[in-house]
Amino acid sequence: MYKQILLAADGSENAVRATKEAIKIASFHKDSIIDVVYVVDFEKTKVEVLHSSSSEALNLERRKKLSKIEHLLRESNISYKVIILHGTPGLEIVKYANEQQVDLVVIGSRGLNSLQEMVLGSVSHKVMKRVNCPALIVK
Amino acid sequence: MQSLKQQWFGNVRGDILSGIVVALALIPEAIAFSIIAGVDPMVGLYASFTMAVTIAFAGGRPGMISAATGAMALVMVPLVRDYGLQYLFAAAILTGLIQILFGVFKIAKLMKFIPNAVMIGFVNSLAILIFMAQVPHFIGISTMTYVFVGITLLLVYTLPRFIKVIPAPLIAIILLTFIAIFGGVELRTIGDLGSITQTLPSFLIPNVPFNFETLQIIFPFSLSLAIVGLVESLLTSQIVDDMTGTESNKNREARGQGIANIVTGFFGGMAGCAMIGQSVINVKSGGRGRLSTLVAGLFLIFLIIVLGDLVVKIPMPVLVGIMIMVSIGTFDWSSFKYLVKAPRTDVIVMLTTVVIVVWTHDLSKGVIAGVILSAIFFVVKISTVKIKQEGNQFIVYGQLFFASTESFIDYFKKVEITNNQIQLDFSNSRIWDDSGVGALLKVEDLLREKGIQVEVIELDASSKKVISKLQGMSSSH
Repeated sequence: MYKQILLAADGSENAVRATKEAIKIASFHKDSIIDVVYVVDFEKTKVEVLHSSSSEALNLERRKKLSKIEHLLRESNISYKVIILHGTPGLEIVKYANEQQVDLVVIGSRGLNSLQEMVLGSVSHKVMKRVNCPALIVK
Repeated sequence: MQSLKQQWFGNVRGDILSGIVVALALIPEAIAFSIIAGVDPMVGLYASFTMAVTIAFAGGRPGMISAATGAMALVMVPLVRDYGLQYLFAAAILTGLIQILFGVFKIAKLMKFIPNAVMIGFVNSLAILIFMAQVPHFIGISTMTYVFVGITLLLVYTLPRFIKVIPAPLIAIILLTFIAIFGGVELRTIGDLGSITQTLPSFLIPNVPFNFETLQIIFPFSLSLAIVGLVESLLTSQIVDDMTGTESNKNREARGQGIANIVTGFFGGMAGCAMIGQSVINVKSGGRGRLSTLVAGLFLIFLIIVLGDLVVKIPMPVLVGIMIMVSIGTFDWSSFKYLVKAPRTDVIVMLTTVVIVVWTHDLSKGVIAGVILSAIFFVVKISTVKIKQEGNQFIVYGQLFFASTESFIDYFKKVEITNNQIQLDFSNSRIWDDSGVGALLKVEDLLREKGIQVEVIELDASSKKVISKLQGMSSSH
């Protein structure tokens, strides 16, 4: 069974779809817990700090991005915790997954076009390659 | 907050590596900012060394990098031009003293009151000025100059895709200096604009007359430098706080900046402050603790002592290319979206800050003007009371206090009321002081004269308290 499930979350629709899949898996067993991991991207920090009136406002802004996901999780009575990490999204998710020895990683694919994927590389692909556990990429 | 031991030795490996990366990235900037200020490259390099080393011990934000900066260099230009280097050292010391006072009197906390519109204006005008300072070094010099600036830009933006460990500007410098020397390309070099001394800085007492006249000359500059330095340092510490998910001591940072500037002035450096770009590089490269800042300063001066001969051979166009990259990185590109989406008064504050800085070349003037302007907008906004009529109900919106009573009373002087009984709804308003209570009484009197009964509804608890307190006072007389 999958006891500890890492759900990679950002503000996107893909993450919401990934949440629904994670819920399906977690609801098989009452002991399953979902770690909702949100990575604050280093590249965006400067802009976000500059455009927020205080660190509290910024935190609220970030929690809002997760509100839809948290709502879904609460509705389906799944135990979960929210973890906010700082760094480069792909790397931090992999690090957390491997350190915590989670049983499964669930991540939404961003659906980039092939050119963007070539230049940027997709986060979900990187995560899938480097985690030590099974990964579920949700389209 | 972490213990002091944690702040120093909690991340030794990461701190040493990132410190080295920062030292490499700092050298071209320190030289370029010296050139902007109109002093020898050594003044900026010494400043970067003493600032980083001192702040490693005295600062309030572990992992933040302080050194010679563009924001400070821009302020000192007239001082250096009109009075010379010794006055610059004296000004650095006075800047430090002012910053320590700011720290002691907890003025650093007031920086919270600087609206983000002003902060956005600050970084944007800084970026514009850094760019403008590069223009004389590459426009209309030679075709080769343009070519080298272009190649530098190309390298610094494409290399990071392939090589992540070594900073791209460093690779560009080494490669292009090599090509320029061995290809015999005619280009101006850093050596043409100043010299590099391969020695450690030594203690000096600024050679200025110690009298009131000197103070009069340096004080305005020192005050500007103190403000600019603290604004940039506190913005940077907020960014580092956020990147690392930790907190920092803002007042200790203000005091630390002051101490570092005093030390810098006594060792022949120009006043400096925290650097957003370098601090971001440090954190990204794995730096978290005080050790990273110390290593950055030490390794920088080590490199200059060992490689000073080579540094003077760096072609100016390469340095210019790197500084164009720095200015592009400093500019807040989301400002264009901000122009469209933000409230109009915020946009006006932001643009005013930029215009004043670009005009005066003094970031502190822009910050002060921006803060005053947004304070005025705030007062105007808060001192307008709006009233909406719904049947015989009048709903009050806004705060009722001494500055807003006029618009409240004026409304009821003019309004036509057909009912002989109305309700004043205060659910969206609050009465703050005796002027507010007085205004309410006056409106009640005014309407009673016209034969209209007024009923006040939905008053919140604190407004009721103000009213009862004042009425209690009058009845006891």
